[in-house]
Amino acid sequence: MSSCTIREITILPGHDKHGNPEAFDRIVIRPGDTISIVGPTGSGKTAFINDIEIFAQKDTATGRTVLVNGDVPEDDFIRDPSKKPIALITQNTKCLADMTVETFLAMHVKARKIAAPDIIPETIELANQFTGEQIFPGCRITALSGGQTRSLMVADAILISNAPLILLDEVENAGIFRERVIEVLKERCKSVIFVTHDPLVSLLSDRRLVMKHGGVEKILYPEGRETRIRDMVGRIDLTLCRFRERIRAGELLTEQGFPV
Amino acid sequence: MKLIIIAGPPSAGKTAVTRQIIRHFSKTKKIAFLKIDVVRAFEDEELRQEFSIPTKKIYSGDLCPDHTGIMVLQDALSWAEEEESDIFIVESAGLCLRCSPYVTQSLGIVVLSAVSGMNSPLKMGPMISLADVAVITKTDLVSQSEKEVFREKTKEVAPAIDIVETNAVQGTGLRYLMRTIDELPEISDPKSISLRGVPPLGVCTICVGKRETGWQNHFGVIRKLDHADDLFRGD
Repeated sequence: MSSCTIREITILPGHDKHGNPEAFDRIVIRPGDTISIVGPTGSGKTAFINDIEIFAQKDTATGRTVLVNGDVPEDDFIRDPSKKPIALITQNTKCLADMTVETFLAMHVKARKIAAPDIIPETIELANQFTGEQIFPGCRITALSGGQTRSLMVADAILISNAPLILLDEVENAGIFRERVIEVLKERCKSVIFVTHDPLVSLLSDRRLVMKHGGVEKILYPEGRETRIRDMVGRIDLTLCRFRERIRAGELLTEQGFPV
Repeated sequence: MKLIIIAGPPSAGKTAVTRQIIRHFSKTKKIAFLKIDVVRAFEDEELRQEFSIPTKKIYSGDLCPDHTGIMVLQDALSWAEEEESDIFIVESAGLCLRCSPYVTQSLGIVVLSAVSGMNSPLKMGPMISLADVAVITKTDLVSQSEKEVFREKTKEVAPAIDIVETNAVQGTGLRYLMRTIDELPEISDPKSISLRGVPPLGVCTICVGKRETGWQNHFGVIRKLDHADDLFRGD
């Protein structure tokens, strides 16, 4: 399944925990869309992306329906991970394999029957754009930091899985360059849905779904009205990143270096 | 009555899968449950309390649990029939991995955990190859690539097996399993139910607790050091 055959993924409404219908007609996701899902803990954010991940057909607790190109997707599409157009990466997702990064990716490339010889170095190179701590082909997977692992999984989902839709569940805690991830996903015409508590990720998305009591309460389209705040949050974020790097490098932060 | 046999290594999530099956069908079907285990098991009490269904357990003690399962199956089928069950679920202990408790006229489900290591399907053999469905649990915990590789390895052991990936605690993705159970034919002739393969049960005097060494002290299948293959020595 190549990414270009997915024109859109449509979510039809279900109901919240109290059985009230959700407040939207349909949510359509097209290549390059970025969506963030926000709301308090327990409001149904993760259930929303789980519905997408399994292509719910009114058979989950929320009663939602998920269509591909307007139709109920074929079984193969959902059941065979190598045909499935979706990659889900959560906070719990781990690479358990005790092998080197290179071997690990080679194993995935083999399972996918991909013939491109350069795809492994390309994936590592892309992962290194998402993390400040460089990943080498010979690093052991089990020795990678949380941020390195998450970066590698995102790069793997983009290049080797070639998934047109990537679902990221609260990955901001892992210390990856979120802005760069969003840029790359847009460049490569991937759609992404973030479940997030992070202001920057929320503000960088084109759409925000606000969850309440297990249902979508509303959908916000900022359409440029948040640009000023987004830029400010971006600067604060960059400032914090730099402080973090300096602390890591063993500096005493006596000089301001703020604002960016 | 439909018969479902569930096998899989310890902690793979057999009971979590069982629980989802019961939850899904309990409104429309009568379900009975048998757990076979070695020394201790709690699943029967938990499931009886949670779903108010008839449950039973049997401890195999010194006997191989799959051997025990085969011995008691006809009795167990009669019990489940007396309880007027529509679906009878037998959950095995899941020990030596080489064993394969699946029988004819049933749905054989092997439950495998995605976190058990990507080569683990290759180590199991008949427990996978004679099953109808492989339910791979805990897929929410591993990376996409490991999920895909685990699937490939399972297919290597059993090319035609139906694979269902799930987070069994949440029950995600199990609709395919439920559909298969829906379509499962009823038992047609209980007396003719037989094992699908010959499991290496190794039921011998050592297995049942006799500690003496040397073939002279044992019965059943024995072996001498020189000049002989496996011999049978009667009691």
